Amino acid sequence: MSEYAIRVENLGKRYMIGAQTERYKTLRDSLTDLAHLPGEIMRRGVGKPKQEIWALKDVSFEVKKGAVLGVVGRNGAGKSTLLKILSRVTEPTEGFAEIHGRVGSLLEVGTGFHPELTGRENISLNGAILGMKRKEIEQKYDEIVEFSGVEKFIDTPVKRYSSGMYLRLAFAVAAHMEPEILVVDEVLAVGDAEFQRKCLGKMSDVAHEGRTVLFVSHNMSAILRLTEETIVLEKGQVAYRAPTNEAVDYYLTSGFAQTGERCWHADEIPAESTPFKPVALRVCNPQGAVAETIRSVEPFTIEMEYELTAPITGLRVGVYLLSTHGEHIFTSFDTDNANEYNRYMTRPAGRYISRCKIPADVLNDGRYILGVNASSFRVKRYFQDEYALSFTVDSTGAPGMQWAEPRPGPVRPRLGWDIEEIG
Amino acid sequence: MAETTLSRQDQPEQVVLLKPSKGWIALNLKDLWLYRELIYFLTWRDVIVRYKQTVLGAAWAIIQPVINMLVLSFIFGNLGKLSTEGYPRPIFTFAALLPWGLFSKALSDTGRSMLSNRNMITKVYFPRMIIPLSSILGGLVDFAIQFLVLVGMMIYFKFTPTAGIWTLPLFLMLALATALGVGLWLSALNVLYRDINYILPFLTQFWLLLTPVGYSIGEISPQWQLLYSLNPMVGVVQGFRWAILGTDPPSWISLGISVGISLILLVSGMYYFRRMERTFADMV
Repeated sequence: MSEYAIRVENLGKRYMIGAQTERYKTLRDSLTDLAHLPGEIMRRGVGKPKQEIWALKDVSFEVKKGAVLGVVGRNGAGKSTLLKILSRVTEPTEGFAEIHGRVGSLLEVGTGFHPELTGRENISLNGAILGMKRKEIEQKYDEIVEFSGVEKFIDTPVKRYSSGMYLRLAFAVAAHMEPEILVVDEVLAVGDAEFQRKCLGKMSDVAHEGRTVLFVSHNMSAILRLTEETIVLEKGQVAYRAPTNEAVDYYLTSGFAQTGERCWHADEIPAESTPFKPVALRVCNPQGAVAETIRSVEPFTIEMEYELTAPITGLRVGVYLLSTHGEHIFTSFDTDNANEYNRYMTRPAGRYISRCKIPADVLNDGRYILGVNASSFRVKRYFQDEYALSFTVDSTGAPGMQWAEPRPGPVRPRLGWDIEEIG
Repeated sequence: MAETTLSRQDQPEQVVLLKPSKGWIALNLKDLWLYRELIYFLTWRDVIVRYKQTVLGAAWAIIQPVINMLVLSFIFGNLGKLSTEGYPRPIFTFAALLPWGLFSKALSDTGRSMLSNRNMITKVYFPRMIIPLSSILGGLVDFAIQFLVLVGMMIYFKFTPTAGIWTLPLFLMLALATALGVGLWLSALNVLYRDINYILPFLTQFWLLLTPVGYSIGEISPQWQLLYSLNPMVGVVQGFRWAILGTDPPSWISLGISVGISLILLVSGMYYFRRMERTFADMV
């Protein structure tokens, strides 16, 4: 028996960009490729691909048995690729990973669920897909149904389920497979608050039972709560590994450009986001200059610049403001107001800037995180980056500064007080 | 892709080494055996789902070959005036349609199977060969239902089973092996080249014409017979007719060729599939 549950050494995964964007070849392409082959070999030598991208490169780490390791990183940092390799979905291009024990992953919640089958039938099927034995499924069947809370509809085809019921059932099966190593990816981003609490509860149970957990999330408060140690992935490499507190701090602050501006390069924009193309997110002071630090007593502006390569109906571009613990302070969209909403029912193709004016005397001092979301409600989420940039608020001149004490809470509004002497 | 050095139920700890694989790799049939319950569940799913939300349900398993039989009888009998060696045309055609139906359905199902199970392939590990395999096995249920229809026809036309009826499972195996061999090639190719989707219907149609389903093997002149039996389904159909109706048995040579070709298809299909397996999750 080894003391490690997972040992990863120099792991690398290469994708061909051409293959990724075109998705697949037709026979004709292959035939024309074949015709060009001799020339290609002359020019570049054998086996040299045209354009490649390393989703992971030289990644090495190990996880001790019974440890709970967090994995954080921005979009495209290689988190999903890492999980896909560890759960044997795809194989690495170089290096190796050694897995001691059965891996269960919550990234496949509901995999293989068939809409025409009933809840009961899907439990059996999904269990088998996740690698459970038939006996195991039968033993846990009642427990699964109870955990999911859909007893009444267990003999109804799941296509008639609400999305919440569907998800609860799917999670219930996955949560009962009792693997030695559990890999979790962003399940907590879905479902209602009650359900999320249940998931987190289940996960800390698993961790306490001494099983190994690899937890990948954008939710910093969940990472802080559940993991002891965290690795930060950046551009396919392990940038930092430390106790979770330090790692989250590193990720949320030093990982960001300090300029109050975040620009997106072409290779950072996922293919699904078309026709929405983010260009830059900026925090600007009252003079209109990009600023890393703004004063709480002055109003400031958040600017999102983007391009639409085709018109989008119902598009809303918005920002999240978060504390450095990952808690949301507010969310606001550019079409929140009825006027803008009606005017931009369909936003034509073109280049845009959506500006959000934050009044003076709202935020407390400290660091804040800005995230971006561009979506059509209930249709599609085009682009999302929950931790796009960070900026600092300086509270010089804010209300209550005569007392040199920290004021808890993310906001520090200038409120109207009135003292009346009544006796 | 990965070697399972210790199997799950024999040992307390399973160690899996994930590393890049190159070139032709072992078939790893042991993994297939470990996941046998998944084969069962996926087959079961295909069977249950197939006729859900249809008015006629499993009756379709009967209606389809019966209509096929009528069409083929009309084209080859009434229009083509081809002989049936003196057997009643309905049962002569139906005995051949039974394995043919299994085979052609297997071709079209396996061809599409990798794409329709994309969400499983990109999210969870299991030996990928299970997918084409279980989509072929699902056809056996239809086959069993159709076999009952054949039994009914035999009673109606007063045919007693021949002494060779016990060989029927062997010919059925030959049909399944051929279907799996071709199916593995098609399903792996379809992940890389979606052209297969468009080629499939033609392939099935031509193959039907090259197989003595609507006509008798006697229509092929003797000098072409050996070339003709390069098609393994010729041996299957001939075997079925012989075992059920008592027509001329297939010759040992042509049967040998059929079995040989079928095995070549199966083994090469398995190796090709395994070779391409590592790219499936990224390409599908």
